[in-house]
Amino acid sequence: MPGITREEVAHLARLSRLELGAEELDHLAAQLDDIIGAVARVAEVAADDIPPTSHPLPLTNVMRPDVIRPGLSPEEALSGAPAAEEQRFRVPRILGEE
Amino acid sequence: MSTTSLMSYEDALETYDPVMGLEVHVELGTATKMFCGCSTEFGAEPNSQVCPTCLGMPGALPVVNAVAVESAIRIGLALNCNIAEWCRFARKNYFYPDMPKNFQTSQYDEPIAFEGYLDVQVEGKTWRVEIERAHMEEDTGKSLHMGGATGRIHGADYSLLDYNRCGIPLIEIVTKPIEGAGELAPLVAKAYVAELRELIRALGVSEARMELGQMRCDANLSLRPKGREKFGTRSETKNVNSLRSVERAIRFEIQRHATVLTDGGTIVQETRHFHEDDGSTTAGRIKEEAEDYRYFPEPDLVPVAPSREWVEELRATLPELPSLRRARLQAEWGVNDFEMQSMVNAGVLDVILATIDAGAHADAARKWWLGELSRRANERGVEVATLPITAAQVARVAALVESGELNDKLARQVIDGVLAGEGEPDAVVEARGLKVVSDDSALGAAVDEAIAANAGIADKIRGGKVQAVGALVGAVMKTTRGQADAARVRELILERLGVS
Repeated sequence: MPGITREEVAHLARLSRLELGAEELDHLAAQLDDIIGAVARVAEVAADDIPPTSHPLPLTNVMRPDVIRPGLSPEEALSGAPAAEEQRFRVPRILGEE
Repeated sequence: MSTTSLMSYEDALETYDPVMGLEVHVELGTATKMFCGCSTEFGAEPNSQVCPTCLGMPGALPVVNAVAVESAIRIGLALNCNIAEWCRFARKNYFYPDMPKNFQTSQYDEPIAFEGYLDVQVEGKTWRVEIERAHMEEDTGKSLHMGGATGRIHGADYSLLDYNRCGIPLIEIVTKPIEGAGELAPLVAKAYVAELRELIRALGVSEARMELGQMRCDANLSLRPKGREKFGTRSETKNVNSLRSVERAIRFEIQRHATVLTDGGTIVQETRHFHEDDGSTTAGRIKEEAEDYRYFPEPDLVPVAPSREWVEELRATLPELPSLRRARLQAEWGVNDFEMQSMVNAGVLDVILATIDAGAHADAARKWWLGELSRRANERGVEVATLPITAAQVARVAALVESGELNDKLARQVIDGVLAGEGEPDAVVEARGLKVVSDDSALGAAVDEAIAANAGIADKIRGGKVQAVGALVGAVMKTTRGQADAARVRELILERLGVS
């Protein structure tokens, strides 16, 4: 049974740019542990004769022609943005990068 | 670390053996994005070419662009790669605002093309660069960093995002480690990127203009002490965007690594930024490990399984490869390596061929594009092929010179006129009155005048010193403002002086 440590949760939080408090880390570590346990149970029943599956449909090569389709107007695209400026999405500065 | 405190390049190569890895991203020239039907047109209003899919809205589903897959396969074939019989897309998870989905749809352990090579010429020798893989992915949005001093991320208060570029198809081409190049390493890197660019253009899958970001190179470099097998720690210099910069970045990193290692320091695995102004690099972020990207198969896209028939059909569409074409043209034109390389570097092979197709002699076509027009392009700081003159117009100028209606000097003025937007060559000749004057009656007066004004020289010629005629021809050319037919002038002078 793979357990997930509090440190691993903290690492994932950092990658996800989430700031988690000590209590939240404990809480989420326990929850993620349950989820991983449930997935591990599925792995137990997968025998060697069952290939790993990433997609339930027996389909390949679903493609579209290279033809332009109208999308959203800039107003529509930005309508749900918490902040916009110069017709662009405005986001807080990125910390700890580059 | 500045360029001045570095160990010299020669000293670095005394002790260390460089190993390179080059990752080149090519933006495909498809009409639409990789996974949605938004236009890829360059230079549109911000956020005017977006839709729920490329904005990463919940519930939006991607569908693969068939032409992008076709282009990827053709690139793979041209690089002598195997084409996967079956492959999937994968999610590369990272949180950064240029990617609104919070993951980039890429390929991980199942690239569409793998195990190939590209031969490049370096100092007259052929170098085989092994290709590890070429895979499909999508471009990111563009960030503007606001506030702070310089528009760079450092000190920025906030960022503005335009997602028009987000989702444009990219092919990432990754080499295997390039070993054994020694002091030639920077030149091998440059030659590889140059050859790849030619190949991409010949395939017609992208214009691959580095200055527009249509082709970008990440240069990995590590050093190991000479004689050691194991690779050293590498750095990855991101977004090196010209051929010259590729060479400079590798050279700088060789010197920087050697300086750090010789001082007993360690190289950190990190990304670095290249600076055009002084050719140096500075530290970027510490590189995330592949596992931090938590790659997993993209559940919203079905696998791509190109049939062998399709692959063979695409193989049949491959153009003559640039290296073979160069060899063929060099033999046909009978030019030396240096002249051929000059034409390749100036990017004029295609326009020369088009000019020949339009009726010009190969010699004349080469002469105009490599000489006068390359010079004009340099003056304007643009690529020759983008000058506002067509191959047909150059062919017409060459024809006018061939028939004797223009001499070279007048032809250059005609080219001036065409470049200035004065219309077709014939219209420029007409409007500027540039025809060569070879009519004897029109030239006679000028010839007589020149003889009268240079009696001493005329006597010498009468006395048998025929080579002195050049001075008199020059005088006539001057009075006729260069429009006289110099050959005819010479004949007329000699006739009048009774020595012909």
